[in-house]
Amino acid sequence: MTRKGIIDEAMRVVLLCAGLASLSIVVLIGLFILRESLPAFHEIGVWNLLSGKEWRPGQGQFGLLPMIAGSGLVTLGAICLGLPLALCCGIFLAEIAPTWIRVVVRPSIELLAGIPSVVYGLFGLVVLVPAVRQIDYPGNAGFGLLSASIVLAVMILPTIASVSEVAIRSVPDEYRQGALALGSTRWEMIRRVVLPAARSGILSAVVLGLGRALGETIAMIMVIGNSVMMPTTMGGPLPGIFLSRARTLTGNIAVEMSYATGLHSSALFATGVVLFVLIMIVNSAARALMSRNVRGGRP
Amino acid sequence: MSMKTRALILVSMAALLFTGCGRPGSGTDQNAADADTLSGEITVVGSTTVQPVAEVLAGAFEALHPGCIITVQGGGSSVGVTSAAQGTADIGSVSRDIAADEFQQYPGLVVYTIARDGIAVVSDPGISVDGLTLDQVRGIFSGEVSNWSSVGGPDMPIVVVSREEGSGTRGAFEELVLGDEVQITSGAILQSSNGAILTTVSGTPGSIGYLSFGYLDPSVKALSIDGTAPTPENAANGSYAAVRPLNLVTNGDPDGLARAWIDFIYSADGQAIVVEQGYLSVN
Repeated sequence: MTRKGIIDEAMRVVLLCAGLASLSIVVLIGLFILRESLPAFHEIGVWNLLSGKEWRPGQGQFGLLPMIAGSGLVTLGAICLGLPLALCCGIFLAEIAPTWIRVVVRPSIELLAGIPSVVYGLFGLVVLVPAVRQIDYPGNAGFGLLSASIVLAVMILPTIASVSEVAIRSVPDEYRQGALALGSTRWEMIRRVVLPAARSGILSAVVLGLGRALGETIAMIMVIGNSVMMPTTMGGPLPGIFLSRARTLTGNIAVEMSYATGLHSSALFATGVVLFVLIMIVNSAARALMSRNVRGGRP
Repeated sequence: MSMKTRALILVSMAALLFTGCGRPGSGTDQNAADADTLSGEITVVGSTTVQPVAEVLAGAFEALHPGCIITVQGGGSSVGVTSAAQGTADIGSVSRDIAADEFQQYPGLVVYTIARDGIAVVSDPGISVDGLTLDQVRGIFSGEVSNWSSVGGPDMPIVVVSREEGSGTRGAFEELVLGDEVQITSGAILQSSNGAILTTVSGTPGSIGYLSFGYLDPSVKALSIDGTAPTPENAANGSYAAVRPLNLVTNGDPDGLARAWIDFIYSADGQAIVVEQGYLSVN
C-alpha cells in the first residue's frame, strides 16, 4: 500500500473508533443508570415511584410526582414566557432586520447561549427572587416556579430564536414573491405564508428548547426553593400556582446525591431514568419534526 | 527523534524537581528520621461541615511536614463513609454518627471523633425575636406555627429554610432538636450546603433555618433556645443540647501519613485550631 493509502486507512479507523466511542458512552451511561436504579424500581415499584406524592427518604417514602409536576410546570412557564420573545426574535432576524442590525443581534443571542447556567442562577437569586418577593401573595417568598420560569425562559431563548430563524430563512423566496405579487402586505406574507411554511422547523425549535429546559439543573436549584411539594395555588387563583415552591427532577438528584446511601441513592438513579426517558421522548420528537421539515416544509 | 529526546529530558527534569520537593529538607528537625518517612499524599473526602476545619488542619500539618500533601474534598457525609470504606479516599469525614447499617456493610470502619459541633437556629436579622422555646422551634419547623406574631415577633409569615434529606446537619438537627415525632414541613425551602443556608436566611425576610456553629456570622441572627444562647461555651458546659460529633473514618487502622495527621489533630495544636474555627475541642 502507498504511504497515502496507509494514512487514509488509519484515519478511517480513528474516525470510526471516535464514532463508536460516543455511541458506547451513551449506551454505557444508560446501562449504568438503569443498573443502579433497579433496586428502587424493584423495591418501591414503578407505579409507586411515578405516582407517589410523598418524598421522605428518611421514612422510606419515594414518590416522584411532585418533582415531575415541578419540572413540567417550570418548563411550561418557560415556554409561555420565552417562546413569544424567541419567535419574534427569529422572525425579526430572518425577515426584517437589515444586515447591520443582524450582525450585532445574532452574535449577542449566541453569547446568551454561552453564559454558564450558574451565572443565570446567580442573577435569578440576587435580582429575580427579591423582585418576585414583592408580589403580595400569601406564602410567596420569591423562591418558586415564577422565578425559575423567567430564568429558564432566558436560557432557552437562544436555542429557539436561532433554530426558528434558520427554519424561516429556509422557506423558498418564491413563496414570499408570490405572496407579495398577490397583493399581501409584508406582515400578511410573514403570517400567512412564511410562518406556516416554516411551521415544523419552528416546532422542532420549541421541542429543542423543551429538552434544554428539562435538563437544566444548577440555575433551577438556586431559585426554585427545592421544596418537595406538589405545587399549589395556596388558596388563591390558578396563576398563583407559579408562586409556589417546587423541585425539579434534575434538582432532586443534584440536591440529595451527595448524602444518599442505599435505597435512597438508587431512587435518585431512578429519578435519572425518568428524566432520561422524558428527554429521549422530547429529542425523538424534535428529530421526527426536523426530518419532516427537511422533506417538505409546505403548509 | 529530537522531539522524543526533548520530551525525555523534560520528564526527567520534572521527576528530579518532584523528588527534590518530596524530601523534607530540614535536617535540624529533632525527629528527622521520623520526618523522612513522612512524605506522600492522602485525600480526605466527605462532609461539607468538616471540610473547612479539615482544610485548615491539613494546611497546618503541611507547614510542619513539607513533604506531605493532604487534599480535602467535600461531597457529603455518606460519600465520606463510602469513599473511605471502598478505598477511593484515605480518610472520610462524617458530620454525624455512623449508622448501624454502615457498620454492617463496612465492618472495617474505624471512627475518630475529632471535634464536636453545635447546631444553631438562625433567623433573618430583621426579626425582633431573640429566642424561642423548644416547643416553638418544633412548631415552626413542622409548619404548625406560620407567623412570627405567634412567637412574639412582627406580623410576618415564617419562611422555613432547611437542608436536604440525608444531610448530616439535618439529621443531627432532627435528632437533637426536633425529636422523633416532628417532621420538617414539606413547604420548606431546601438548600444543599451550610453556605447556601446562610445566604438564603440572610437574604430572605422572615426566614428561619439552622446552621453549624462554624458557619455563624453577623449576617444572620443566632436564636437562643429555652433561654440558652448557641455559643461554644454553652455547648461545652452542656447547657446547649444541640451538639453532634464531627468524625473522621478510615478503613482499618490508619498508618503512615493518615495516622500522623490524625495524631496531629488530637494534639494540643490541632485542637486549638478546632476551637479557633468555631467548633468544640474533644479534650
